Amino acid sequence: MKYLMSTIGRKQLMAVTGLLWSGFVLSHMAGNFLMFVGAEAYNKYSYFLVSNPLIYLAEAALVLTILVHAVSGIRLAIQNRNARPQKYSMTPSGDKAPRFQSRWMAFHGSLILVFLVYHLITFKFGTYYSVTYDGVEMRDIHRLLIEVFQSPAYVVGYIFCVIAVGFHLSHGFYSSFATLGLYHPRYSAMLNKFGYFYGFIVAGGFISQPLYVFFVAGK
Amino acid sequence: MGGTGTTTLNLKLKVWRQNNPQAEGHFEDYDVEGISTDASFLEMLDVVNNRLVKEGKDPIAFDHDCREGICGSCSMTINGNPHGPQRGTTTCQLHMRKFKTGDSITVEPFRAKAFPVIKDLAVNRSAFDKIIASGGYVSVNAGNAPDANARPVPKDVAANAFMAAACIGCGACVAACTNSSAMLFVGAKVSHLGLLPQGDPERERRVLNMMQTMEDAGFGNCSNTGACSLACPKEISFERIANLNSEFLRATVKNRNTSGSVG
Ligand code: SF4
Ligand code: FES
Repeated sequence: MKYLMSTIGRKQLMAVTGLLWSGFVLSHMAGNFLMFVGAEAYNKYSYFLVSNPLIYLAEAALVLTILVHAVSGIRLAIQNRNARPQKYSMTPSGDKAPRFQSRWMAFHGSLILVFLVYHLITFKFGTYYSVTYDGVEMRDIHRLLIEVFQSPAYVVGYIFCVIAVGFHLSHGFYSSFATLGLYHPRYSAMLNKFGYFYGFIVAGGFISQPLYVFFVAGK
Repeated sequence: MGGTGTTTLNLKLKVWRQNNPQAEGHFEDYDVEGISTDASFLEMLDVVNNRLVKEGKDPIAFDHDCREGICGSCSMTINGNPHGPQRGTTTCQLHMRKFKTGDSITVEPFRAKAFPVIKDLAVNRSAFDKIIASGGYVSVNAGNAPDANARPVPKDVAANAFMAAACIGCGACVAACTNSSAMLFVGAKVSHLGLLPQGDPERERRVLNMMQTMEDAGFGNCSNTGACSLACPKEISFERIANLNSEFLRATVKNRNTSGSVG
Protein backbone atom coordinates (compact mmCIF):
# COMPACT_ATOMS: atom_id res chain seq x y z
CA MET A 1 0.00 0.00 0.00
CA LYS A 2 1.16 3.45 -0.90
CA TYR A 3 0.65 4.79 2.61
CA LEU A 4 2.99 2.21 4.09
CA MET A 5 5.66 3.05 1.54
CA SER A 6 5.50 6.73 2.41
CA THR A 7 7.82 8.00 5.09
CA ILE A 8 5.02 9.45 7.19
CA GLY A 9 3.15 6.17 6.95
CA ARG A 10 6.18 4.26 8.14
CA LYS A 11 6.76 6.66 10.97
CA GLN A 12 3.15 6.43 12.07
CA LEU A 13 3.61 2.68 12.16
CA MET A 14 6.70 3.24 14.30
CA ALA A 15 4.74 5.52 16.59
CA VAL A 16 1.99 2.97 17.20
CA THR A 17 4.40 0.08 17.72
CA GLY A 18 6.62 2.26 19.88
CA LEU A 19 3.72 3.24 22.11
CA LEU A 20 2.74 -0.42 22.47
CA TRP A 21 6.23 -1.26 23.59
CA SER A 22 6.30 1.73 25.93
CA GLY A 23 3.32 0.20 27.69
CA PHE A 24 4.98 -3.20 27.72
CA VAL A 25 8.26 -2.05 29.25
CA LEU A 26 6.40 -0.16 31.96
CA SER A 27 4.39 -3.23 32.92
CA HIS A 28 7.50 -5.40 32.71
CA MET A 29 9.35 -3.02 35.01
CA ALA A 30 6.44 -2.90 37.44
CA GLY A 31 6.07 -6.70 37.46
CA ASN A 32 9.76 -7.12 38.19
CA PHE A 33 9.31 -5.29 41.48
CA LEU A 34 7.86 -8.53 42.83
CA MET A 35 11.47 -9.63 43.28
CA PHE A 36 11.58 -7.23 46.21
CA VAL A 37 8.74 -9.24 47.75
CA GLY A 38 10.52 -12.55 47.40
CA ALA A 39 11.30 -15.52 45.24
CA GLU A 40 7.90 -17.11 45.58
CA ALA A 41 5.91 -14.04 44.55
CA TYR A 42 8.24 -13.46 41.63
CA ASN A 43 8.13 -17.03 40.37
CA LYS A 44 4.39 -17.30 40.77
CA TYR A 45 3.88 -14.10 38.80
CA SER A 46 6.10 -15.38 36.04
CA TYR A 47 4.25 -18.71 36.08
CA PHE A 48 0.94 -16.87 35.91
CA LEU A 49 2.13 -15.05 32.80
CA VAL A 50 3.56 -18.01 30.92
CA SER A 51 0.76 -20.43 31.80
CA ASN A 52 -1.83 -18.13 30.32
CA PRO A 53 -2.70 -19.32 26.78
CA LEU A 54 -2.90 -15.69 25.66
CA ILE A 55 0.85 -15.46 26.18
CA TYR A 56 1.50 -16.78 22.66
CA LEU A 57 -0.65 -14.08 21.18
CA ALA A 58 1.04 -11.42 23.29
CA GLU A 59 4.50 -12.72 22.44
CA ALA A 60 3.71 -12.88 18.76
CA ALA A 61 2.41 -9.31 18.91
CA LEU A 62 5.52 -8.11 20.70
CA VAL A 63 7.86 -9.79 18.24
CA LEU A 64 5.93 -8.52 15.27
CA THR A 65 5.70 -4.95 16.51
CA ILE A 66 9.36 -4.73 17.48
CA LEU A 67 10.33 -6.04 14.06
CA VAL A 68 8.14 -3.49 12.31
CA HIS A 69 9.53 -0.77 14.56
CA ALA A 70 13.15 -1.78 14.06
CA VAL A 71 12.98 -2.42 10.33
CA SER A 72 11.20 0.89 9.67
CA GLY A 73 13.59 2.67 11.98
CA ILE A 74 16.66 1.28 10.25
CA ARG A 75 15.30 2.11 6.80
CA LEU A 76 14.46 5.66 7.82
CA ALA A 77 17.81 6.11 9.53
CA ILE A 78 19.65 5.03 6.38
CA GLN A 79 17.60 7.45 4.28
CA ASN A 80 18.31 10.20 6.76
CA ARG A 81 22.02 9.58 6.70
CA ASN A 82 22.00 9.69 2.93
CA ALA A 83 20.15 12.99 3.00
CA ARG A 84 23.33 14.70 4.19
CA PRO A 85 26.37 13.23 2.45
CA GLN A 86 28.67 16.06 3.54
CA LYS A 87 28.53 16.40 7.33
CA TYR A 88 28.79 19.64 9.25
CA SER A 89 31.88 20.49 11.22
CA MET A 90 29.66 21.78 14.04
CA THR A 91 26.09 21.05 15.12
CA PRO A 92 23.37 23.40 16.40
CA SER A 93 24.14 24.71 19.85
CA GLY A 94 23.04 27.28 22.41
CA ASP A 95 19.54 28.63 21.90
CA LYS A 96 19.12 26.52 18.83
CA ALA A 97 20.16 23.14 20.23
CA PRO A 98 17.53 20.40 20.29
CA ARG A 99 17.38 17.88 23.14
CA PHE A 100 20.39 15.71 22.71
CA GLN A 101 18.68 12.32 23.05
CA SER A 102 16.38 13.18 20.15
CA ARG A 103 19.36 13.27 17.81
CA TRP A 104 20.45 9.78 18.83
CA MET A 105 17.27 7.76 18.47
CA ALA A 106 18.71 5.38 15.89
CA PHE A 107 21.80 4.97 18.02
CA HIS A 108 20.14 4.00 21.28
CA GLY A 109 17.48 2.19 19.30
CA SER A 110 20.12 -0.13 17.83
CA LEU A 111 21.74 -0.60 21.20
CA ILE A 112 18.37 -1.55 22.68
CA LEU A 113 17.75 -4.06 19.90
CA VAL A 114 21.04 -5.83 20.58
CA PHE A 115 20.37 -5.71 24.30
CA LEU A 116 16.90 -7.13 23.79
CA VAL A 117 18.22 -10.18 21.97
CA TYR A 118 20.90 -10.71 24.60
CA HIS A 119 18.35 -10.23 27.36
CA LEU A 120 16.08 -12.91 25.91
CA ILE A 121 19.01 -15.31 25.59
CA THR A 122 19.98 -14.71 29.22
CA PHE A 123 16.57 -15.03 30.76
CA LYS A 124 13.87 -16.45 28.56
CA PHE A 125 16.18 -19.00 26.98
CA GLY A 126 18.56 -19.22 29.92
CA THR A 127 19.13 -22.05 32.40
CA TYR A 128 15.92 -23.70 33.48
CA TYR A 129 15.75 -24.27 37.22
CA SER A 130 12.52 -25.57 38.63
CA VAL A 131 10.82 -25.17 41.93
CA THR A 132 7.56 -26.45 43.40
CA TYR A 133 5.07 -24.33 45.28
CA ASP A 134 1.86 -25.90 46.66
CA GLY A 135 2.40 -28.96 44.49
CA VAL A 136 2.76 -26.95 41.25
CA GLU A 137 6.05 -27.22 39.48
CA MET A 138 7.24 -24.01 37.87
CA ARG A 139 10.36 -22.29 36.63
CA ASP A 140 12.60 -20.81 39.30
CA ILE A 141 13.39 -17.72 37.26
CA HIS A 142 14.26 -15.91 40.48
CA ARG A 143 17.26 -18.16 41.01
CA LEU A 144 18.57 -17.42 37.55
CA LEU A 145 18.06 -13.73 38.17
CA ILE A 146 20.08 -13.81 41.37
CA GLU A 147 22.83 -15.73 39.60
CA VAL A 148 23.03 -13.40 36.61
CA PHE A 149 23.13 -10.23 38.66
CA GLN A 150 26.06 -11.46 40.74
CA SER A 151 28.35 -10.36 37.98
CA PRO A 152 29.33 -6.69 38.34
CA ALA A 153 30.02 -6.48 34.61
CA TYR A 154 26.54 -7.72 33.81
CA VAL A 155 24.98 -5.26 36.23
CA VAL A 156 26.91 -2.35 34.75
CA GLY A 157 26.08 -3.38 31.18
CA TYR A 158 22.45 -3.86 32.08
CA ILE A 159 22.20 -0.45 33.71
CA PHE A 160 23.85 1.18 30.72
CA CYS A 161 21.30 -0.41 28.42
CA VAL A 162 18.27 0.50 30.49
CA ILE A 163 19.47 4.09 30.63
CA ALA A 164 19.43 3.96 26.83
CA VAL A 165 15.85 2.66 27.09
CA GLY A 166 15.01 5.63 29.30
CA PHE A 167 16.44 8.11 26.81
CA HIS A 168 14.72 6.38 23.93
CA LEU A 169 11.37 6.57 25.72
CA SER A 170 11.85 10.15 26.86
CA HIS A 171 11.92 11.31 23.27
CA GLY A 172 9.93 8.48 21.70
CA PHE A 173 6.87 8.89 23.83
CA TYR A 174 6.30 12.52 22.94
CA SER A 175 7.54 12.02 19.41
CA SER A 176 4.95 9.30 18.75
CA PHE A 177 2.11 11.65 19.47
CA ALA A 178 3.56 14.33 17.19
CA THR A 179 4.00 11.77 14.41
CA LEU A 180 0.41 10.68 14.79
CA GLY A 181 -0.54 14.31 14.37
CA LEU A 182 -1.70 14.85 17.93
CA TYR A 183 -0.35 18.16 19.02
CA HIS A 184 -1.62 21.02 21.07
CA PRO A 185 0.50 23.97 22.19
CA ARG A 186 -0.40 23.48 25.83
CA TYR A 187 -0.88 19.74 26.20
CA SER A 188 2.13 18.85 24.08
CA ALA A 189 4.41 20.72 26.46
CA MET A 190 2.93 18.61 29.24
CA LEU A 191 3.25 15.46 27.16
CA ASN A 192 6.86 16.34 26.55
CA LYS A 193 7.52 16.54 30.29
CA PHE A 194 5.54 13.39 30.83
CA GLY A 195 7.80 11.65 28.30
CA TYR A 196 10.81 12.54 30.41
CA PHE A 197 9.04 11.34 33.51
CA TYR A 198 8.07 8.11 31.78
CA GLY A 199 11.62 7.44 30.64
CA PHE A 200 12.94 8.29 34.06
CA ILE A 201 10.51 5.99 35.87
CA VAL A 202 11.13 3.05 33.55
CA ALA A 203 14.91 3.45 33.64
CA GLY A 204 14.91 4.11 37.38
CA GLY A 205 12.85 1.00 38.09
CA PHE A 206 15.00 -1.20 35.90
CA ILE A 207 18.15 0.18 37.51
CA SER A 208 16.98 -0.42 41.06
CA GLN A 209 16.32 -4.10 40.45
CA PRO A 210 19.81 -5.39 39.57
CA LEU A 211 21.27 -3.12 42.26
CA TYR A 212 18.94 -4.66 44.79
CA VAL A 213 19.97 -8.15 43.75
CA PHE A 214 23.64 -7.28 43.69
CA PHE A 215 23.77 -5.51 47.03
CA VAL A 216 20.92 -7.08 49.02
CA ALA A 217 19.13 -10.15 47.73
CA GLY A 218 22.20 -11.92 46.38
CA LYS A 219 24.16 -11.74 49.62
CA MET B 1 26.32 52.89 11.37
CA GLY B 2 27.78 54.69 14.31
CA GLY B 3 25.74 55.46 17.36
CA THR B 4 26.79 55.13 20.91
CA GLY B 5 28.70 52.17 22.17
CA THR B 6 30.12 51.17 18.82
CA THR B 7 33.22 49.11 19.19
CA THR B 8 35.16 46.99 16.82
CA LEU B 9 35.91 43.31 16.83
CA ASN B 10 38.79 41.17 15.74
CA LEU B 11 37.69 37.73 14.64
CA LYS B 12 39.05 34.45 13.40
CA LEU B 13 36.90 33.23 10.53
CA LYS B 14 36.90 29.73 9.18
CA VAL B 15 34.98 29.70 5.93
CA TRP B 16 34.00 26.82 3.66
CA ARG B 17 35.43 27.33 0.19
CA GLN B 18 34.25 25.16 -2.68
CA ASN B 19 34.73 26.14 -6.28
CA ASN B 20 31.85 24.28 -7.87
CA PRO B 21 29.32 21.56 -7.03
CA GLN B 22 31.74 18.77 -7.92
CA ALA B 23 34.81 20.17 -6.18
CA GLU B 24 36.02 18.94 -2.82
CA GLY B 25 35.47 21.79 -0.43
CA HIS B 26 37.73 22.84 2.40
CA PHE B 27 37.87 25.39 5.19
CA GLU B 28 40.02 28.47 4.87
CA ASP B 29 41.06 30.71 7.77
CA TYR B 30 40.80 34.49 7.69
CA ASP B 31 41.85 36.93 10.40
CA VAL B 32 39.53 39.91 10.23
CA GLU B 33 40.10 43.09 12.16
CA GLY B 34 38.17 46.23 12.96
CA ILE B 35 34.63 44.94 12.36
CA SER B 36 32.01 47.31 13.77
CA THR B 37 29.59 45.77 16.23
CA ASP B 38 26.88 47.59 14.30
CA ALA B 39 27.64 45.66 11.14
CA SER B 40 25.43 42.78 10.10
CA PHE B 41 26.96 39.39 9.51
CA LEU B 42 26.69 39.89 5.76
CA GLU B 43 28.34 43.30 6.00
CA MET B 44 31.18 41.66 7.85
CA LEU B 45 31.53 39.22 4.93
CA ASP B 46 31.43 42.19 2.54
CA VAL B 47 34.41 43.66 4.36
CA VAL B 48 36.29 40.38 4.05
CA ASN B 49 35.38 40.15 0.37
CA ASN B 50 36.57 43.70 -0.32
CA ARG B 51 39.89 42.75 1.12
CA LEU B 52 40.03 39.51 -0.88
CA VAL B 53 39.25 41.36 -4.10
CA LYS B 54 41.96 43.92 -3.36
CA GLU B 55 44.41 41.10 -2.83
CA GLY B 56 43.38 39.67 -6.17
CA LYS B 57 41.74 36.66 -4.57
CA ASP B 58 38.39 35.04 -5.20
CA PRO B 59 35.70 36.54 -2.91
CA ILE B 60 33.51 34.30 -0.79
CA ALA B 61 30.29 33.51 -2.64
CA PHE B 62 27.11 33.76 -0.59
CA ASP B 63 23.45 34.39 -1.36
CA HIS B 64 21.71 37.55 -0.30
CA ASP B 65 19.06 39.84 -1.61
CA CYS B 66 16.76 41.89 0.59
CA ARG B 67 19.03 42.12 3.63
CA GLU B 68 15.98 42.82 5.71
CA GLY B 69 14.91 39.35 6.71
CA ILE B 70 12.14 38.73 4.22
CA CYS B 71 13.53 37.04 1.13
CA GLY B 72 15.17 34.01 2.69
CA SER B 73 18.28 34.10 0.48
CA CYS B 74 21.00 34.53 3.04
CA SER B 75 21.64 30.90 3.81
CA MET B 76 24.68 29.94 5.82
CA THR B 77 25.52 27.96 8.90
CA ILE B 78 27.36 29.91 11.57
CA ASN B 79 29.09 27.85 14.26
CA GLY B 80 26.70 24.99 13.54
CA ASN B 81 23.59 27.15 13.68
CA PRO B 82 21.76 28.01 10.47
CA HIS B 83 21.42 31.83 10.43
CA GLY B 84 23.66 32.06 13.49
CA PRO B 85 23.13 31.88 17.23
CA GLN B 86 20.17 34.22 17.66
CA ARG B 87 16.62 32.86 17.52
CA GLY B 88 14.15 34.32 15.06
CA THR B 89 16.81 36.05 12.97
CA THR B 90 18.11 35.71 9.43
CA THR B 91 21.84 36.01 8.77
CA CYS B 92 21.34 39.43 7.20
CA GLN B 93 19.64 40.63 10.39
CA LEU B 94 22.25 39.16 12.67
CA HIS B 95 24.49 41.81 14.16
CA MET B 96 28.12 41.45 14.96
CA ARG B 97 27.45 42.67 18.50
CA LYS B 98 26.34 39.09 19.14
CA PHE B 99 30.01 38.13 18.97
CA LYS B 100 33.01 38.98 21.09
CA THR B 101 36.40 40.09 19.95
CA GLY B 102 38.71 37.11 19.55
CA ASP B 103 35.83 34.74 18.69
CA SER B 104 36.38 31.97 16.18
CA ILE B 105 33.49 31.75 13.77
CA THR B 106 33.00 28.77 11.49
CA VAL B 107 30.87 29.50 8.44
CA GLU B 108 29.57 26.61 6.35
CA PRO B 109 26.88 26.29 3.70
CA PHE B 110 23.51 24.73 4.46
CA ARG B 111 24.32 21.07 4.07
CA ALA B 112 21.87 18.62 2.56
CA LYS B 113 21.86 16.32 -0.43
CA ALA B 114 18.83 18.18 -1.72
CA PHE B 115 20.68 21.51 -1.44
CA PRO B 116 23.88 20.99 -3.44
CA VAL B 117 26.56 23.63 -3.03
CA ILE B 118 26.86 25.95 -6.03
CA LYS B 119 29.95 27.73 -4.75
CA ASP B 120 31.31 28.36 -1.26
CA LEU B 121 28.28 29.24 0.89
CA ALA B 122 25.72 29.47 -1.90
CA VAL B 123 23.51 26.41 -2.27
CA ASN B 124 20.91 25.44 -4.82
CA ARG B 125 17.52 25.36 -3.17
CA SER B 126 15.42 24.69 -6.25
CA ALA B 127 14.21 21.49 -4.55
CA PHE B 128 11.95 23.83 -2.56
CA ASP B 129 10.57 25.26 -5.81
CA LYS B 130 9.76 21.74 -6.95
CA ILE B 131 7.89 21.10 -3.71
CA ILE B 132 5.92 24.32 -4.14
CA ALA B 133 5.13 23.53 -7.76
CA SER B 134 3.72 20.18 -6.72
CA GLY B 135 1.05 21.65 -4.46
CA GLY B 136 1.90 24.98 -2.91
CA TYR B 137 -0.75 26.93 -4.77
CA VAL B 138 -4.48 27.61 -4.69
CA SER B 139 -7.10 27.52 -7.40
CA VAL B 140 -8.12 31.10 -7.82
CA ASN B 141 -10.87 32.65 -9.77
CA ALA B 142 -8.96 34.95 -12.06
CA GLY B 143 -11.89 37.28 -12.56
CA ASN B 144 -12.67 40.39 -10.58
CA ALA B 145 -11.51 40.65 -7.00
CA PRO B 146 -14.14 38.91 -4.86
CA ASP B 147 -15.96 40.80 -2.16
CA ALA B 148 -13.85 40.78 0.97
CA ASN B 149 -16.67 39.43 3.09
CA ALA B 150 -17.82 36.82 0.63
CA ARG B 151 -15.76 34.12 2.31
CA PRO B 152 -15.96 34.39 6.05
CA VAL B 153 -12.75 33.26 7.79
CA PRO B 154 -12.74 33.24 11.58
CA LYS B 155 -10.10 35.48 13.11
CA ASP B 156 -8.22 32.66 14.86
CA VAL B 157 -8.04 30.61 11.68
CA ALA B 158 -6.79 33.62 9.75
CA ALA B 159 -4.18 34.31 12.41
CA ASN B 160 -3.06 30.70 12.43
CA ALA B 161 -2.76 30.61 8.65
CA PHE B 162 -0.89 33.89 8.73
CA MET B 163 1.68 32.57 11.20
CA ALA B 164 2.35 29.66 8.85
CA ALA B 165 2.49 32.05 5.90
CA ALA B 166 5.42 33.84 7.53
CA CYS B 167 7.75 31.12 6.18
CA ILE B 168 10.24 32.72 3.79
CA GLY B 169 11.44 29.45 2.30
CA CYS B 170 15.01 29.94 3.45
CA GLY B 171 15.76 26.29 4.11
CA ALA B 172 17.23 26.74 7.58
CA CYS B 173 14.85 24.06 8.85
CA VAL B 174 16.47 21.56 6.50
CA ALA B 175 19.94 22.78 7.40
CA ALA B 176 19.33 22.45 11.13
CA CYS B 177 17.59 19.09 10.94
CA THR B 178 19.75 16.14 11.86
CA ASN B 179 17.86 14.26 9.13
CA SER B 180 17.84 17.07 6.54
CA SER B 181 14.07 16.89 6.49
CA ALA B 182 11.97 19.61 4.90
CA MET B 183 8.87 18.85 6.91
CA LEU B 184 8.71 22.20 8.68
CA PHE B 185 8.71 23.97 5.33
CA VAL B 186 6.13 21.60 3.85
CA GLY B 187 4.09 21.77 7.06
CA ALA B 188 4.09 25.56 6.94
CA LYS B 189 2.76 25.55 3.38
CA VAL B 190 0.19 22.85 4.10
CA SER B 191 -1.11 24.75 7.14
CA HIS B 192 -1.02 28.11 5.48
CA LEU B 193 -2.98 27.05 2.40
CA GLY B 194 -5.06 24.26 3.87
CA LEU B 195 -6.51 26.32 6.70
CA LEU B 196 -8.10 28.84 4.37
CA PRO B 197 -11.16 28.28 2.20
CA GLN B 198 -9.21 29.34 -0.89
CA GLY B 199 -6.83 26.44 -0.42
CA ASP B 200 -9.45 23.88 0.46
CA PRO B 201 -10.08 22.38 -3.00
CA GLU B 202 -6.53 21.02 -3.20
CA ARG B 203 -6.26 20.12 0.46
CA GLU B 204 -5.72 16.37 0.07
CA ARG B 205 -3.86 16.47 -3.18
CA ARG B 206 -1.53 19.14 -1.88
CA VAL B 207 -0.25 17.27 1.13
CA LEU B 208 0.18 13.96 -0.71
CA ASN B 209 1.96 15.51 -3.66
CA MET B 210 4.18 17.84 -1.65
CA MET B 211 5.30 15.00 0.60
CA GLN B 212 6.01 12.78 -2.39
CA THR B 213 8.06 15.53 -4.01
CA MET B 214 9.92 16.14 -0.78
CA GLU B 215 10.87 12.47 -0.53
CA ASP B 216 11.86 12.25 -4.18
CA ALA B 217 14.10 15.30 -3.82
CA GLY B 218 16.24 13.43 -1.28
CA PHE B 219 15.25 15.18 1.93
CA GLY B 220 15.25 13.05 5.07
CA ASN B 221 12.45 12.24 7.47
CA CYS B 222 11.45 14.13 10.56
CA SER B 223 12.25 12.51 13.88
CA ASN B 224 10.67 15.33 15.90
CA THR B 225 13.86 16.79 17.33
CA GLY B 226 12.42 20.28 16.92
CA ALA B 227 15.76 21.72 15.74
CA CYS B 228 14.00 23.15 12.67
CA SER B 229 11.70 25.35 14.65
CA LEU B 230 14.54 26.59 16.84
CA ALA B 231 16.59 27.53 13.78
CA CYS B 232 13.71 29.02 11.79
CA PRO B 233 14.16 32.79 11.42
CA LYS B 234 10.38 33.15 11.34
CA GLU B 235 9.95 30.81 14.31
CA ILE B 236 7.48 28.61 12.47
CA SER B 237 6.00 26.35 15.12
CA PHE B 238 6.87 22.69 15.37
CA GLU B 239 3.11 22.17 15.50
CA ARG B 240 3.14 22.50 11.69
CA ILE B 241 4.86 19.15 11.46
CA ALA B 242 2.33 17.41 13.68
CA ASN B 243 -0.38 19.04 11.61
CA LEU B 244 1.31 17.82 8.43
CA ASN B 245 1.29 14.29 9.84
CA SER B 246 -2.41 14.37 10.61
CA GLU B 247 -3.19 16.04 7.27
CA PHE B 248 -1.26 13.29 5.53
CA LEU B 249 -3.21 10.59 7.34
CA ARG B 250 -6.48 12.36 6.62
CA ALA B 251 -5.62 12.78 2.95
CA THR B 252 -4.62 9.12 2.68
CA VAL B 253 -8.01 8.07 4.00
CA LYS B 254 -10.01 10.62 2.02
CA ASN B 255 -8.25 10.64 -1.30
CA ARG B 256 -9.90 8.15 -3.69
CA ASN B 257 -7.93 8.82 -6.79
CA THR B 258 -4.18 8.65 -7.04
CA SER B 259 -4.28 10.68 -10.23
CA GLY B 260 -4.99 13.67 -8.08
CA SER B 261 -8.73 14.17 -7.79
CA VAL B 262 -10.13 15.91 -4.80
CA GLY B 263 -11.31 13.62 -2.04
S1 SF4 C 1 10.00 26.95 7.93
FE1 SF4 C 1 11.36 28.57 8.70
S2 SF4 C 1 13.41 27.69 8.41
FE2 SF4 C 1 12.06 26.52 7.11
S3 SF4 C 1 12.09 27.52 5.11
FE3 SF4 C 1 10.36 28.41 6.23
S4 SF4 C 1 11.22 30.23 7.22
FE4 SF4 C 1 12.98 28.99 6.60
S1 FES D 1 19.01 38.64 2.54
FE1 FES D 1 16.83 38.50 2.45
S2 FES D 1 16.39 37.42 4.28
FE2 FES D 1 18.51 37.77 4.47
